[in-house]
Amino acid sequence: MERRDFIRKSALAAAGAIMIPAFMKPFEALALDELSLYKNLVVVQLSGGNDGLNTVVPFGNDIYYQMRKGIAIKADQVIRLNDMQGLNPNLAPLQELYDQGWMSVINDVGYPNPDRSHFRSMDIWQTGSDANQYLSTGWIGRYLDADCDTCKSPYTAIEVDDSLSLALKGSKKKGIALKDPAALFRNTNEALFKEMINGDKAHLDEDNLGYLYKTMIETSSSANYIQNTSKLYKSDAVYPATSFSNQLKTVSKFICSGLKTRVYYVSLSGFDTHANQVQQQSRLLKQYAEGINTFIKDLQQNNKLEDTLVVTFSEFGRRVAQNASNGTDHGTANNMFLFGGKLKKLGIYNAAPDLADLDNGDLKYQIDFREVYGTILDKWLDVNNSHILNKKFNTLDFI
Amino acid sequence: MDRNDHSSKIKHLYNRAGFGISYNALHQLSKRKIGSPVDQLFEQLSAAADLTTVTREEYDQQRLLLTALGAKKDYTPEEKLQRQEITRMQNQKSRALNLDWMQRMIHTENPLLEKMTLFWHGHFACRTNNPYFSQQLNNIQRKNALGNFKELLIEVSQSPAMLQYLNNQQNRKGRPNENFARELMELFTLGRGHYTEQDIKESARSFTGWIYNKEGEFEFNQKVHDEKEKTFFGRTGTFDGEAIIDIILEKPETATFICRKLYLFFVNDTPDEICIQELASHFYTHKYDIAAVMRKMFNSDWFYRRENIGTKIKSPAEFLVGLSRQFFVTYNKPQVIIQLETSLGQYLFNPPNVAGWPGGRSWIDSSSLMLRLKIPSMVLNDGILDFNGKADPEDEALIALNKKVKSNPPKSYINAKADWPKFISTLPKDQKPEQLAEFLLSPAVSTKIKEIIVQNTHPKNTAIAVTSMPEYQLC
Repeated sequence: MERRDFIRKSALAAAGAIMIPAFMKPFEALALDELSLYKNLVVVQLSGGNDGLNTVVPFGNDIYYQMRKGIAIKADQVIRLNDMQGLNPNLAPLQELYDQGWMSVINDVGYPNPDRSHFRSMDIWQTGSDANQYLSTGWIGRYLDADCDTCKSPYTAIEVDDSLSLALKGSKKKGIALKDPAALFRNTNEALFKEMINGDKAHLDEDNLGYLYKTMIETSSSANYIQNTSKLYKSDAVYPATSFSNQLKTVSKFICSGLKTRVYYVSLSGFDTHANQVQQQSRLLKQYAEGINTFIKDLQQNNKLEDTLVVTFSEFGRRVAQNASNGTDHGTANNMFLFGGKLKKLGIYNAAPDLADLDNGDLKYQIDFREVYGTILDKWLDVNNSHILNKKFNTLDFI
Repeated sequence: MDRNDHSSKIKHLYNRAGFGISYNALHQLSKRKIGSPVDQLFEQLSAAADLTTVTREEYDQQRLLLTALGAKKDYTPEEKLQRQEITRMQNQKSRALNLDWMQRMIHTENPLLEKMTLFWHGHFACRTNNPYFSQQLNNIQRKNALGNFKELLIEVSQSPAMLQYLNNQQNRKGRPNENFARELMELFTLGRGHYTEQDIKESARSFTGWIYNKEGEFEFNQKVHDEKEKTFFGRTGTFDGEAIIDIILEKPETATFICRKLYLFFVNDTPDEICIQELASHFYTHKYDIAAVMRKMFNSDWFYRRENIGTKIKSPAEFLVGLSRQFFVTYNKPQVIIQLETSLGQYLFNPPNVAGWPGGRSWIDSSSLMLRLKIPSMVLNDGILDFNGKADPEDEALIALNKKVKSNPPKSYINAKADWPKFISTLPKDQKPEQLAEFLLSPAVSTKIKEIIVQNTHPKNTAIAVTSMPEYQLC
């Protein structure tokens, strides 16, 4: 009798295993051999429209000083990168990274028919759309949808925040937003939550209810994986006590503990400097630079810098001329920063903004931001960018 | 039709056409022999009362202050403070307007009217930092919510909020701005693929001179209007804006486009072209009478098909309003509702873009779902909200002025109160937990749920457990 029971049980167990849908397979059980393949992308969003011209200062150009009498950064204060451009003194912590060859600057990134609304322009940057096109999925979300070999897990993309940005929402798959892995772990391990997702497979259809259950199961599975993997890692690096640095610290913890996540998303806000810009922007740039400096050196110490690419953007730059309240109004093209151990073109990637050739007081873009995305998708995330960006964009050679 | 079947259909109708139904109302309606529940829903309608959060005087006052300030080149410190104060007041009024509408939806006797207003709010999506303009547009959408689509369309197009948002203020003879003309056809009427770039260019000229004046009223400015001939959809004439709208409405594609959106909003995330066409031809032959097409929808057999019941993901507004309505929730600190709206991804009056909220599964990601599952216990059981939504990009200027940024904002209490005695008084005595679950949920109650709640002795515990289930996200 005992023997027959045993057989029946194991037959049942085998049948059960076959019937478990693929997405139910615990990701924790996947082989660890893929670990080293993971290249990380960290996207840093500066919200509000950072004034690029006072960030990377064209101190070699008189027009800059003529148009910004009240807020220009004096030439002798600038951290010179070449004869034309230099960093805002508050970005001093970046100089070390620049000198090591871990940093590069792309000038004049933008798109045709630029929009000056924060919301709309951020929408365009996050979705990768044209100025007159409305997409309901983000560029990283569509990368997740592409279902490539390296983007299959439900934690392929993590935003260190309470809520998820459009950039990380695909139509089939979405990234995870979490500020604190321990809190998410606690929530998904609450009794009622566990009871709901345990056992009963009746709901795992393709319908909306199945989608809700699937999301819960994946969240739970990811929360366990992220918490259990990352809690083992203890960083020695001392991060500044700002919320931006806290986000980077969390990302570093995830990267260094070997989490199989490919894309991380963090943000710093407050850049909409219409009045008394110098004081406000200085404070933010300092926070940014100190955080990035600690983060990059932390990655370097843990041998992860070669596998990591950090890219910084803002939804638009600001007008070339300052306004009457010692601030700047919404503009168009802006610079982007890249950090990493594998940058191909170091220093300043392209020509400085041409302040003599403006479009109605605004910078003309030299590089479409989707060429930057396209390059990252093609060369870093190993996926054909035309599938994600809906048309083929030229790639650049910064990586 | 047996009584249970009848009752579940009424519940479905009220979930979709409104924000749910109370147990005793459902019971009463199920017993009624005369008149259909659909008729009842339309009979209940009383005249639409405007939201009046922002008064005309407040608008005038702020406008005068702004005009006085705007004329100067350099602000004195005092003027700067005044400027900031105006912005602060506007933001405060915008939030108050948002909350007033939420309260209206929670307490309304006209659920169909508010639900339709919510539909048009997403269809004619618009953002403005002027709360008076926001309120005007919302009131236009409510007043015409079940009226005639043409009148709605014209009033929306002539509202200061939309004229400002889609740059028609800058659309002038010789210097056309095509933004409004493009969105009018792409998002408000015909849909992509049913017009050419040339149609946009020509019709933009027809809308030149449609502006709003300082008093916040529509005005036709003859001086900047392009009176020359335009060729639109193959016809040539000196068309003005209204003539263009007439031509657009003559095209049956407009009826189809609107009915597809109505279907996606009220029936199912997946379009059924046969049902949509049925609605569209009804809408078209009834000269764009919105009430007529809604009656047609709610009276169709397919509206009550299995695949259309308990299968739609509630929008954050539907979720929050439905929960608050069902349990008679009072929010002692109403601002928390705005925090919930933003965290769940539907900050009313602040759509992501002119295309509105995409809806359906895009409402759900791991964090928004986890929050949705927690909200009932937080709202109904006065829990702590350990969650901070993102700043809206339009608030960046305020953030920039605010020098100290807290690295860890304090946790906030929801500070809400459900009226349990009132809720329980609507239920039959000795109702089993399973029956309460069946009433509160639209999808079938699984054995799993039954197991979880079977031991419960108090309806409060059952209600909190059931509303914390993924099934409660559907209607």
